[in-house]
Amino acid sequence: MLGTNIAAPGFVLNATPDQKFSLSELKGKNVILAFYPADWSPVCGDQMSLYNEMHRYFGKYNAEILGISVDGKWCHAAFREARNLHFTLLADFEPKGEVAKKYGVYNDKEGRSERALFVLDDEGIIRWSYLSPVGINPGADGILDALEMITQKNSHGQIKTSG
Amino acid sequence: MAKLKPPVSSQDHIQGNPRSPVVLVEYGDFQCPHCGAAYPIVKQIQKKFKSQLAFIFRHFPLSEAHPYAQIAAVAAEAASNQGQFWEMHDLIYENQESLSLETLILLAQSLKLDMKVFQKDMKNPRLLEKVEADFESGVVSGVNGTPSFYINGAKFNGSYDYESLSEAIDYFISQHAVNKG
Repeated sequence: MLGTNIAAPGFVLNATPDQKFSLSELKGKNVILAFYPADWSPVCGDQMSLYNEMHRYFGKYNAEILGISVDGKWCHAAFREARNLHFTLLADFEPKGEVAKKYGVYNDKEGRSERALFVLDDEGIIRWSYLSPVGINPGADGILDALEMITQKNSHGQIKTSG
Repeated sequence: MAKLKPPVSSQDHIQGNPRSPVVLVEYGDFQCPHCGAAYPIVKQIQKKFKSQLAFIFRHFPLSEAHPYAQIAAVAAEAASNQGQFWEMHDLIYENQESLSLETLILLAQSLKLDMKVFQKDMKNPRLLEKVEADFESGVVSGVNGTPSFYINGAKFNGSYDYESLSEAIDYFISQHAVNKG
């Protein structure tokens, strides 16, 4: 798994059946990458449904969340519609798991990514990462702590340069 | 381990004495079937532990998944303004399968609430803010789904069946006895 304080590897993946999405499009924003094993896990405890409720909280930190799994673009489209998800799900489908591999969170044996979180700052540097036991939904508290840390460090940095 | 933030205070809906040996907090969603399943279990747990246990309910409506979760939470807060939070809480879970705006109004009527005040409160942004504040506290406390339980401030990651909850609470009571002795 990639550690912190290094540049996050770039990627281009399908966000919808007819749209590609590049990580570089989010330069200037903090980014949450949520790798997860598969669409269609049980409803109420579901990690993506929780993040779906969190726009306002992520928005406060100028952050956008991207979900990534090896499911195909049509599968993601059906999943987003069924769960009323408002954020982007990326299909790490062909070559299968290539992005998960770059981030060191691919499980070869199961043929899917692990449940892992990365928080990148507005310059694309990984500032926090977390590998969750695959059966446990990691919630959002770690993400919020990381975003808070990034925001505080940035404002300290500004004070230094202006002083 | 995830900790309850902020700790239980007088802002919370509490059954029992908050200084009881065990304080059980639930983050729940009125439309979540798992919370519906947990509802009678919590009742049993309260019956078993009586005054040794205080129970707190905080709102965690997953509004995108459950269209009536948030308005039900506001309805419970509106009932709370007339001193009947727990009565409304119970009625909503007991009628979860037919949850709708009409149902909420019927439930409020059955509690003999002042309906004029209730209807006005349902649109009161302060009540929604209270629900959202609960939600936010849940997020920072590490709630990852509903229901999520906290026992004496620490997240309980076991299953919410009667035996598991009961066993965990027994443990905290025995610890309490040790610390006192």
